[in-house]
Amino acid sequence: MSLTTAHSVVAPSANSKRIAGTIIVLYALISIVPLLWIFATSFKTPPDSIAYPPKILFQPSLEGYCNLFTTRTRQTPDYINSLGPATGFCDETTRKRNMVIAGPSNFLPRFVNSLIIAFGSTFCAVFLGTLSAYGFSRFKVPLADDLLFFILSTRFMPPIAVAIPIYLMYRELGLSDTALGMILLYTAVNVSLAVWLLKGFIDEIPREYEEAAMIDGYTRLQAFWRTVLPQATTGIAATAIFCLIFAWNEYAFAALLTSGTAQTAPPFIPTIIGEGGQDWPAVAAGTTIFLVPILVFTILLRKQLLRGITFGAVRK
Amino acid sequence: MAEIRVQHLRKAFGDFVAVQDSNFVVEDGEFFVMLGPSGCGKTTTLRMIAGLELPTGGQILLGGDDVTMLRARERDIAFVFQLFALYPHMNVRKNIGFPLLAQGMPSAEIRTRVEETAKLLRIDHLLNKSVSGLAGGDRQRVALGRAIVRRPKCFLMDEPLGTLDTEFRDLMVHELRELHNRIHATTVYVTHDQMEAMSMADKIAVMNHGVIEQFGTPREIYDRPATMFVADFIGSPPMNFLGFGGGLAKGAREIVVQGAKVAVPEVREDIAPADMALGIRPEHIRFDDASKLRGAIYGTEYLGTTQIVAVETADGLIKARVPAEIRLATGDHVGLTLSSARLSLFEKGSGRAVRTAIHDVASERRARHG
Repeated sequence: MSLTTAHSVVAPSANSKRIAGTIIVLYALISIVPLLWIFATSFKTPPDSIAYPPKILFQPSLEGYCNLFTTRTRQTPDYINSLGPATGFCDETTRKRNMVIAGPSNFLPRFVNSLIIAFGSTFCAVFLGTLSAYGFSRFKVPLADDLLFFILSTRFMPPIAVAIPIYLMYRELGLSDTALGMILLYTAVNVSLAVWLLKGFIDEIPREYEEAAMIDGYTRLQAFWRTVLPQATTGIAATAIFCLIFAWNEYAFAALLTSGTAQTAPPFIPTIIGEGGQDWPAVAAGTTIFLVPILVFTILLRKQLLRGITFGAVRK
Repeated sequence: MAEIRVQHLRKAFGDFVAVQDSNFVVEDGEFFVMLGPSGCGKTTTLRMIAGLELPTGGQILLGGDDVTMLRARERDIAFVFQLFALYPHMNVRKNIGFPLLAQGMPSAEIRTRVEETAKLLRIDHLLNKSVSGLAGGDRQRVALGRAIVRRPKCFLMDEPLGTLDTEFRDLMVHELRELHNRIHATTVYVTHDQMEAMSMADKIAVMNHGVIEQFGTPREIYDRPATMFVADFIGSPPMNFLGFGGGLAKGAREIVVQGAKVAVPEVREDIAPADMALGIRPEHIRFDDASKLRGAIYGTEYLGTTQIVAVETADGLIKARVPAEIRLATGDHVGLTLSSARLSLFEKGSGRAVRTAIHDVASERRARHG
């Protein structure tokens, strides 16, 4: 059967290695090109960004970033000349386009909202998930299988299918456009994933460790903290990344439920396009900055993540 | 150190009774082994003594105090797990010191105690190593170190040698017993390996289906098995059984097996007619052509100084341990002579041993103690 060949341990030939290498490099290029495009565009001037044919080589400019963080108003050249000397790079660039800076844009607060909501909900989901998974793994919970199935069943439907009920509910409860509301929502969506993933990891940790610690004089909570958690770090890291990616990228609920104070970056970034022409460099700058936290988080946890994912995948 | 007293201990998991009405006393400083096949309830009993399972009924007294319902950490005991349960994220020093940390002991004192313990176990050169790189025997020593360092009331060990290679196991059996002789810690040791039990134990409890079949010294258990299960479980090869019928009268000294008269230790009780069994250890059989009890050689197993000979009798195969020099060929007819003073008699129905003269010594001693 084909199953046996899948497990064969014959060393790959030089030729098949070369083919595999080529495929991987090609795939990586295809995946990375859009990111490079966005990154490059964020450093172009608006005219360069819409030049045709596209400019591969160009004079880098921070204008996109200036435009991302500010709001500007168009003024007559006379008015601009009447102003004092420019106070910095952004001021100068803006004046060249016959505009003056009116004030800071909403990007920074929206970005901070994204950070608070994504990390907050990830923390809640992983915290609740770890404790519930430990409970399901170690104790005789009545109807454990049904409960676990129920938890999983909350993901059977795409979350957006319940968007309207949630919208109405949130309006009644005063949770619309609040960070708390978004944290609760993302936690609710992520917690089922967290429980299921973490239960698998915790099941793999022999219970003798806690029993040994409890005999050695520790309470169950201390035993959990000192023996189970350190061994579950890979699982927790992997789970945290999955939760964070979801919460960070989520667009539909954010667009529906947040509009002002609690608005996150994903629904905000597209709105940049409209302000004063199609400002692609500013959009690209917003997207680039938006990518940074998840990139940093993933790089920091890459070791645990890799071990965690393969560990979960090749369970006996 | 303390004595352990187990009274009417019972544990049921739903309909399944894992341990029923266990009673035994492990005296202060004794090395006590619970022996039995897997699923016999020995580990469950141990876990109840440790406080990792709560009994369904009965009492556990530790040094005179009722600890039946206490949490594990309130019992002041140490447990060595089959898989050692060494914390992989801590080095050897931290692993051994972990129980002391729970007591809030100052770190200077922890250091001294850990180093003393490591020296005792000859692992002081490994203290700063990671536990994941250790060999089986050293892991075992670290696990023991974590138990000893506390100076607890007693040690509980759940098949601690189960995962070691045979070579290491013999070494560790010796080391464990030597350690026990030095520190005289009350120890409860669970195993399914009769060799471990026989070579280490002061007292053994043989368990089966949640019942203690026999409690006694290794010698008592080997020489005077209380039930057919014990007779069959202990000894390699195990005790042979030859069936015979009819009752037994007090004072009888002879039974008839397969038409041959066999002298047995004097019977001390009356037994109504029933299916009976005569129990013979392989080493208590000699070949003697004059004997009326006969069989044909079925096969031999050469062991160097002795050989195990399987003999086909009218009542099935029995195995004899005879000197290796004797030349035997498969198919030969031989007569069997049994060492009368060492034979056991059993009731087949209940499996219980019949009281005979071989029990006299034990009952005399018990009477003296009482």
